Amino acid sequence: MAWAKKILRVNLSKGTCASEPLNMEWAQQYLGQRGLATKYLVAETDPKVDPLSPDNKLIMTTGPLTGTMASTGGRYSVVTKGPLTGAIACSNSGGYFGAELKMAGWDMIIFEGKSPKPVYLWLENDKAELRDASHLWGTTTWHTEETIKAAHQDPQIRIASIGRAGENGVLYACVVNDLHRAAGRSGVGAVMGSKNLKAVAVRGTVGVGNVRDFKAFLQATTAAKKVLADNAVTGQGLPKFGTQVLMNVINEVGALPTRNANDVQFEGARKISAEAMHEKRPTDGKANLITNAACFGCTIACGRVSQVDKTHWSVVNNPKYWGATGGLEYENAWSLGAANGVDDLEALTVANMICNEDGMDPITFGATVGAVMEMYQMGVLKKEQIGIESPFGSAQALLEMAHMTAEGRGFGKELALGSARLTKKYGHPELSMTVKGQEFPAYDPRGIQGMGLTYATSNRGACHLRSYTVASEILGVPVKTDPLATDGKPDLVKAFQDATAAFDSSGTCIFTTFAWTLGDLAPQLDAACEGGWTLERLAEVGERIWNMERQYNLAAGLTAKDDDLPKRLKTEPAKTGPAKGMVSGIDKMIPEYYKVRGWTTEGVPTKDTMKRLGL
Amino acid sequence: MQKSLHIDPNKCTGCLQCEMACSYENYGAFNISKSRIKVFNFESAGRKVPYTCTQCAEAWCMHACPVDAIRIDAATGAKVVFEGTCVGCKVCTIACPFGTINYVADSGKVQKCDLCGGQPACAEACPTGAITYVESDWTGLGKMRQWAEKTDTQPRA
Repeated sequence: MAWAKKILRVNLSKGTCASEPLNMEWAQQYLGQRGLATKYLVAETDPKVDPLSPDNKLIMTTGPLTGTMASTGGRYSVVTKGPLTGAIACSNSGGYFGAELKMAGWDMIIFEGKSPKPVYLWLENDKAELRDASHLWGTTTWHTEETIKAAHQDPQIRIASIGRAGENGVLYACVVNDLHRAAGRSGVGAVMGSKNLKAVAVRGTVGVGNVRDFKAFLQATTAAKKVLADNAVTGQGLPKFGTQVLMNVINEVGALPTRNANDVQFEGARKISAEAMHEKRPTDGKANLITNAACFGCTIACGRVSQVDKTHWSVVNNPKYWGATGGLEYENAWSLGAANGVDDLEALTVANMICNEDGMDPITFGATVGAVMEMYQMGVLKKEQIGIESPFGSAQALLEMAHMTAEGRGFGKELALGSARLTKKYGHPELSMTVKGQEFPAYDPRGIQGMGLTYATSNRGACHLRSYTVASEILGVPVKTDPLATDGKPDLVKAFQDATAAFDSSGTCIFTTFAWTLGDLAPQLDAACEGGWTLERLAEVGERIWNMERQYNLAAGLTAKDDDLPKRLKTEPAKTGPAKGMVSGIDKMIPEYYKVRGWTTEGVPTKDTMKRLGL
Repeated sequence: MQKSLHIDPNKCTGCLQCEMACSYENYGAFNISKSRIKVFNFESAGRKVPYTCTQCAEAWCMHACPVDAIRIDAATGAKVVFEGTCVGCKVCTIACPFGTINYVADSGKVQKCDLCGGQPACAEACPTGAITYVESDWTGLGKMRQWAEKTDTQPRA
């Protein structure tokens, strides 16, 4: 079995760390990572808990394939109740931290309570202790990593930490590991900050040794790696262009939400695309992109490593941003760029760096800036309030807002609320492009109908990573469907949601699913873990997880009313492109979706459904 | 024909499949802390570089060993540590100019790359061809070919 079978429970109020066995019965039902940690959260906390109170718990969790040779087997997730949404929050990250945690001999860490003073957890194999982090409080994730590694005299330590955004209660603060990978969404970093937990530093030298059948495992993982290598998206497109391969594609299909979703195509898309990142800059003759990079165990290597132009106005006096760093992914290029009408690739790269450095979700941050810029254009917000002139397209305003939010000063304190709360405060809630309080990402539901249903029904608030129907509707994976049609989308969304929940619980990356199906994952899991893991069983585990999360949200007070899209997407037709004249058909899809799910017309899982899934 | 590990850092993505393969081959666990090949991440330069023993012909480690615990594998040319003989004095770790032979506290012995008896697990696991196992006399062949391609011998029009 590839589970370490051990969890670490850290009580921050009492300052204690204790080891306990993993509940293996639950592991058979919920697999690991997302599913298993959510099961623990559901079992141990009140769904009505205030997310930022000591009674909420924060779980860092690996999957059975984390820390193994399975391709992309380095993932971990942070599971808690999210402060942005009041719903279940589950954010997944790559880098190297997750594998290190597993190699230290742990499946997950459960943090409970609240430390009286700032601390970090130092974990060296089975030795766990809380250490003073007063000297780290008020500093960035980059400074925190560097300082902890220096203090322990060990450059091989892996660290997950919060920046100033998490400390300041930015409701979309994330947990950053390995400098520029992040458990990004729903404000998991704010929960960590509310517990006075600055960082988790891990050194693992135990390794992952208990694979059920190593020979079969090597065969299965080697075969699965070949599937990735032979696939055009995972073998060529993603390594060369990263997720940014999508910028021009999505713009062309007329589904690139632009200027707070006023438009569905961005005239500056080309300038902030993957292709632009490859081109030599006229200023210094170098390209924005240096190379691609992999997370632990990943044979796709979609990560971007970028270096900005040192003479660009945004960094000319700030050498700390001159080095190579995590480059733009599609979502960030969109949220910081198209969503605000900003087409300055260098400025977007810097804004992205600030988000990594101080730990905040670029999707929600960027989309919130979009709402602020619209209110500025309308005259609802003035320069005096924001501190800078903020029309759509202003890279200066974008960067100033990034700094003020990260540092918790001035109007940054309002940006820290996210667009739902901020627009409501100024009397224009209709300008918030959110579901359940969380901003939707880079696919406009008017041009890709399945994504509307994806956003509306996502258990963690609007998100593309809960059922990425773009794969089917645009790329034709596994089958091509019409992006402008609503027919069949409820079935499609359910299938993607269930499969994704299984992938998110395995320790592998969802990007493998451009090439893999559950049929490729099953033999790898089966060789690694006892219990007989088949495609069918994984689909059922995925469905079980989805319904468990749904139950949690309903118990937290969410209702069918929360499964809805912003009015703009339902009433203001797309102005250009293939979807011109269209709005989202969400109202048509929802009842059908509930039916497909085995839920009542009120969106509540029926007794039969619960019984069938063993809930 | 003798073969050598050939490393092309430009192709390395930092996935660490090589470190996992190495540790599994030698310790039966995915444990990168025990890997004999290490990938170094030069963060601010955006470079990743795998590094391991190059199997020097006149190996410093071998000459420094007071108990002859490091011997040449006749088939591969690898300098191999015989754990049963090694007394853990660490003199070899001082002698090696490259740092590629290291003490393992758990076993009280030193470890280094032994080319897996002629089938290096790291090279087999590398997904990008950054680590290959090639003929020793021609580790530079790929680079020569690249430069050859740039050589302009065509008559000008």
